[in-house]
Amino acid sequence: MNGIAFLRRWFWVWLFGLPLLALAVWGIVDNERLFFATTLNGLTLAALYFLVASGFTLVFGLLRNVNLAHGSLYLLGAYVGWVVGEWSDSWLLAVAAGFLFAALMGLLLQIGVFRYMHGEDLRQTMATIALSIIAADVALWIWGGQIYQFDPPRWIIGSTALPIVGKFATYRLVLLAMAIVIGLALWWFLARTRVGMMIRAGVDDRAMLSASGVNVQMVFAITFAIGAGLAGFAGVVGGTALSIAPGEDTRYLLASLVVVIVGGMGSVSGAALGAVLVGLAEQFGLAYAPTYGVVFTFVIMALVLAFRPHGILGRRT
Amino acid sequence: MSAAHWRKAMNFTAPSRNWSGGRATAAPRPTTAAPAGPSASVLQAWRHIGLRHVFVLAAVLVYPWVVPSFFTYQIGGQALVLGLIALSLTFLAGYGGMLSLAQMTVAGIAGYIVAILGVSGTPEISLGWPWWLVVVLAVMGGTLAATFIGWLSVRTEGIYTIMITLAIGMAFFYLAQQNYAIFNGFQGFQKVVPPVVLDVDWRSAVPFYYLALFWSLVGYFFVKYLIRAPFGVALQGVRDNARRMSALGYSPVAHRVAAYAVAGLIASIGGVLLVWYNGLITPGSVGTSWMINILIVAVLGGMRHPIGPFIGAVVFVLLQNFAIDLIDRERFNLVIGLVFLVIVLFSPDGLLGWWDRLRDWTTRRLTQARTTTRGNEWRSVSVSQARPLGRP
Repeated sequence: MNGIAFLRRWFWVWLFGLPLLALAVWGIVDNERLFFATTLNGLTLAALYFLVASGFTLVFGLLRNVNLAHGSLYLLGAYVGWVVGEWSDSWLLAVAAGFLFAALMGLLLQIGVFRYMHGEDLRQTMATIALSIIAADVALWIWGGQIYQFDPPRWIIGSTALPIVGKFATYRLVLLAMAIVIGLALWWFLARTRVGMMIRAGVDDRAMLSASGVNVQMVFAITFAIGAGLAGFAGVVGGTALSIAPGEDTRYLLASLVVVIVGGMGSVSGAALGAVLVGLAEQFGLAYAPTYGVVFTFVIMALVLAFRPHGILGRRT
Repeated sequence: MSAAHWRKAMNFTAPSRNWSGGRATAAPRPTTAAPAGPSASVLQAWRHIGLRHVFVLAAVLVYPWVVPSFFTYQIGGQALVLGLIALSLTFLAGYGGMLSLAQMTVAGIAGYIVAILGVSGTPEISLGWPWWLVVVLAVMGGTLAATFIGWLSVRTEGIYTIMITLAIGMAFFYLAQQNYAIFNGFQGFQKVVPPVVLDVDWRSAVPFYYLALFWSLVGYFFVKYLIRAPFGVALQGVRDNARRMSALGYSPVAHRVAAYAVAGLIASIGGVLLVWYNGLITPGSVGTSWMINILIVAVLGGMRHPIGPFIGAVVFVLLQNFAIDLIDRERFNLVIGLVFLVIVLFSPDGLLGWWDRLRDWTTRRLTQARTTTRGNEWRSVSVSQARPLGRP
């Protein structure tokens, strides 16, 4: 990194960081409890967003496929997880079922549809739109418009006493921990394993990876399955924190879109950064300026687009 | 280098952002001598009007007098309004190479302005200004919003555009849904009706149909004119190869933002008509499903000719109203999703693509003996085909 780029990067941190810091100080002085509770809420929401968006960004980075059915995978994973959870009475099985079902769906999509449209970005994207409409309607057909709630194990539904914030839902802390573990696992998978290396090589240069004798279709299928599986996993985990209902698919699709636009498309660490920014913005918006919460998210996105069109950690492709 | 060389060089098939996926456009028609003056160009314009234009125009004019008012309003009026909004997307995506999902958002912003500034069933918020001022402000507001959306999204290219415009549109939907002070939240605005002007109630079926028809024709011919005008040709050049156009001294960013503004103007007019057609505007009118429905309408018809969105809209509205006879009413989304999937998978050029194929097939059958075939009017002009006059 040369010096000018370094300075420039820090310039933005100062420009936006100092006013935010001042606001934070004001928030702490004004109402300490509210401020820290909101921060913690924002971080848990960020954890959920990261789980959804990491799969989205992984798929985009390697396959150049804007999978607009990602929200549908989230919702379908949640529904299937709920069914399995009701049937087996085990929340852990529900989580596993959500992951596996969504991963299977992703695998089928990649092998059955997207493989035949390789390189036609817009067509693939439109196909995912069509699939998301169909999936949403099929889900509505099967599960109706009711709101479903999971039945997680007893030890995680209570609340934990924390300093300053006071009582805080244990499940949200578990969610936060889960996201961190998943994030680390994803990092380990991408950085240390052979398949992860292939995926990273594919992100950098697909043609070269193929030329060096790797079965690219296999790598694509694995990536798509993992990305979709993460969405289904997030469906069950997020559905436990909130609830499952029709319309959640677009909500999480929007979240993933904004997170990866802000963080940088195709970058998992960018997704983490974007998720933290968006999650915090949403919760602080909700706490301090209700009904305008979404505007904060939008302003963040607009600022990033205006000054760093490829996202904070994105690279020009 | 001679002009012919340039033409050849420009026709080099570069990887393009063209909708037809880099498919080569038709060979330039042998043009006769350049038009000498305005009268000649008018004559040339008239020459393009074939029998089918007269036939279609007569059909759409006579239509409301031969069908019941349900068909005039619910089918005809709605198809024209949706077609007009989708036309803005066709212009943007087909000729500018930018697939924006936010066209419904632009239309919705114009519609919300009509409801907020004009008369509605929520007098606490609506200001009740005179209709002509409201309409002008709504169209201006919508166009400004579209320009802003364009300014944000032209910073990125191709596939990113779809994500960014989708995110912008969804953000507006959530804003409209959550905000009660300006957008009246979940309920939106009811009883937003067109005014009674010249003793005509524009809400009733036949006048509304003609109003929508008038603006659809204006939009259609405007787009048709624009894509042959220097701006439109330059825009198609930017779509096909931005780098080459910028080397020629054109600014791709300026052309793209301007295209967003033009499309925003069309979509805003459509938005005003849509709010009058529905008589209400709610967050649901600008929600994801309608943003995507506009895309479906445009893709269904085909994006290579401004008639496409209107064909798509007619099919869409017919499906919406009559598919429920075949299956459950609740399953409309399933039907439209499947139709969309089939179109995307098997006919990227929409119904116009099928029409083309059919016509190619029949002409091949009919004129196998002939050596020359006619140029294909459905296809958009390529850069070399119609350059701005006065540029060598």
